[in-house]
Amino acid sequence: MIGRTRRVANRITVELRLGAVLLVMCIGLTILSPQFLTLGNLTSLLNNNAVNLIWAVGLLVVLIAGGIDISFAVAASVVQYVAFQLLEGMGGGNWWLGFLVAGVLGIALGLVNAALIHGFRVISIIITIATFNAYFGLLMFFSGGRYIYDLPDWWRDRIFVFEREMADGSWAELNLAVGVMIGCTVATFVLLRLTTWGRQLYAFGDNPEGARRAGVNVSLMQALAFGWMGLMAGIAGLMQVNITKEIVPNALYGRELEVLAAVVLGGARLGGGKGSILGCLLGVMFVAVTQNGLNLLGVSPFAFQMIIGAAILIAISTSSIDLGRRGVRRAPT
Amino acid sequence: MEAPGSVGTEVPALALSDVSKRFGGVRALDAIRFDVAAGEVHCLAGENGCGKSTLIKVITGVHAPEPGARLEIFGTVRESMTPALARSLGIAVIWQDLALFPHMTVGENITFDEVVGLAPRPFRGRHLRRRAADVLDRLGASLDLDAPLHTLPIAQRQEVAIARALLGDARLIFMDEPTASLTQSETDGLLAVVRSLSAQGVAVVFVSHRLAEVLDIARRVTVLRDGKLVGVYPTEHMTQARLGELMTGQSLEGSVTARDRSHAAPMLEVNGLSRTGEFDDVSLAVRTGEIVALTGLIGAGRTELAHALIGMTRADRGGVRLDGDDVQPRSIRDAIDLGIAYVSEDRLSLGLIQPQSIADNTVISTLERIGAYGLISSRRKSALVERRLGELTVKLGSPEDAVSTLSGGNQQRVVLAKWLATEPKLLILDSPTVGVDVGARVGIFRIVRELAEAGLAILLITDEVTEALHNSDRILHMAGGRIVGEYAPAAVDAETLEAAIYGRADLAADPGVDSRAVPRVASGGGTRPGAASA
Repeated sequence: MIGRTRRVANRITVELRLGAVLLVMCIGLTILSPQFLTLGNLTSLLNNNAVNLIWAVGLLVVLIAGGIDISFAVAASVVQYVAFQLLEGMGGGNWWLGFLVAGVLGIALGLVNAALIHGFRVISIIITIATFNAYFGLLMFFSGGRYIYDLPDWWRDRIFVFEREMADGSWAELNLAVGVMIGCTVATFVLLRLTTWGRQLYAFGDNPEGARRAGVNVSLMQALAFGWMGLMAGIAGLMQVNITKEIVPNALYGRELEVLAAVVLGGARLGGGKGSILGCLLGVMFVAVTQNGLNLLGVSPFAFQMIIGAAILIAISTSSIDLGRRGVRRAPT
Repeated sequence: MEAPGSVGTEVPALALSDVSKRFGGVRALDAIRFDVAAGEVHCLAGENGCGKSTLIKVITGVHAPEPGARLEIFGTVRESMTPALARSLGIAVIWQDLALFPHMTVGENITFDEVVGLAPRPFRGRHLRRRAADVLDRLGASLDLDAPLHTLPIAQRQEVAIARALLGDARLIFMDEPTASLTQSETDGLLAVVRSLSAQGVAVVFVSHRLAEVLDIARRVTVLRDGKLVGVYPTEHMTQARLGELMTGQSLEGSVTARDRSHAAPMLEVNGLSRTGEFDDVSLAVRTGEIVALTGLIGAGRTELAHALIGMTRADRGGVRLDGDDVQPRSIRDAIDLGIAYVSEDRLSLGLIQPQSIADNTVISTLERIGAYGLISSRRKSALVERRLGELTVKLGSPEDAVSTLSGGNQQRVVLAKWLATEPKLLILDSPTVGVDVGARVGIFRIVRELAEAGLAILLITDEVTEALHNSDRILHMAGGRIVGEYAPAAVDAETLEAAIYGRADLAADPGVDSRAVPRVASGGGTRPGAASA
């Protein structure tokens, strides 16, 4: 099916380009650093980025629906803190209860955003900057900024979805967060591409007025996008505790921009209507590999920030050049 | 042609009577009667604000009419309409902005209504893609189903919108100003599609104020004015002038206003100007006080020529003289300083800063004249605004209102005011009446004529033959990047001119149009382009 291959290739130009860049980077790093292409390094890359990836697929849904969310990382911290209190109250809980509580709390925080955006007809960046500050302020006020180490055992225990002993006696492992991340990614893919809700999300982000006139329930779309983001934020918060084995109220503060940058790098359009799971994954991994490579090569961590900034500029400017070439404007007289 | 009210024996698509609608104190519709036969192409005509849109919204259930209205739709009397009911009955509206999704593919756009719904369902992409292909076949349109919509020209997007309506089994389609942004040949294509729909039994209601095509396609025309029904007329014996009068309620002068300006000194002389791929060896002259119309098909290179004259692009060869001096503007700023003003084709997005005030828009090109040391003198600003807007009789509440609150015609006047504030010698008007009401057009051309009388040289770029004929002193025909003909308005009629420009369909579609022999009409008022600048 050559026609179908071409169709897919046309749809994912940004993704193909980013994938090629990522591949070149990986080959380069393999040549420059013997440690890069080891199972141990690759699994730790995934382990370290599982939380970012979970957030990223959530944020992707919001961006496709034409919104933006600044509050999700702080929301994940709020979920960690509140879930801990609730689970303590239930006598410690277990993984099932943990997912349930974190998921429900996350969705609730996301729906607060959706309700404010829809209710006040204010753009999402303003609302989520406000809730970002409000959530963080409330969290610091009630937690007093104290760390929590005294976690239930199920939450702290390391669970591996994959492990293998290496020749040198070290272990290459993928922890639970990676498995959960894969589940979240698949679920988001199904939502976006295989259901009618997904089509309506794209349409709503692309042309909200057109979608409204076609009978798309606008408040449902808003709730779906931010609710999904909230669910992912809650799950990411739960997983992050499992990795670090502590709850630090301000640990996730600031991570939102890193994730946003990665998702935009992956071709999601600020303004809605465009973006894919593949691009989103590649975007996060591009950022991760860059950081990992610079570490292995012993380059200053500040160089990382500059490179990511430059990559975003290049990605956004080249994709808008494409738009111009495809002739968005009608030929003039 | 049947008389109004007796349109065959079939069940009519629509039969409305006594439809009224009030918004606050405003009577938007007043006891309207409106009927459309099955498969009929009908035109709903009237100026902006006459109630056309309100009537469509009543029919589609967006607005409820006042009590007493009778709505008979496909033979059934409906007590009330809702948008969902209208859709399920097969009534579709294609709004002027099309309401499509630019980043979705053609196929996804056509089938979008199938995926709308509260409950999530599996998305059956392949099945829908096949249905989209079927409906495009029925329409006779060949479009790439997988092309993102934003890569298509407007005319093809319109086909997508029509296909989308057909997919929902539309039996009555309203098209709101469908030809406003189409070229002549694209319009012809659309009209062909509409005819084939009509042949398939789909009734189409054109909502338009472009008059020529209305008469071309519709069987009957319903004219509204100020929310009242003026009448329903067969198009057979209708003329454009008569229809314009019915819409505006005033007699519109449609006469040639050309004067002989051949004695005047040339203000603009263009000599052998070329730019690869855009225009080639263009020579023309515009005299002081003269209005020269530059007409031709879209893509003939007219706008490109204007862009070179105002320094937006640089010509490869040739020279430009303004008021006797060789000039070569390097930027728009340069052109303004030299005395060249350009009013762009895309008045809404390029000519004005919509959310800013009328006053601010008026002075934006002349800030240095009303300020000192980088600060703006509000006294000088209001004096300038008052003078310029007064000249153009813009109807406005306050100069501090946002430009977006004005009607299309008045926005056009603000653009003119903005450029007149630069005190130009040459005014280039690019398609100044696109999207402007018939009534407002007359006003705009009256202003243009006055400006010419006051000594401005005016180059008027226009698609519309009658516009060129009635409002210019000389007509130049551009095709394939060259000036291929020159006409004196008094010595040529609209049909001859139309035949030369739009030609036979085969020539219109042929990019090599410049190679054919075009008769140059020698005339009293006209000079050959070469001779004028020699």
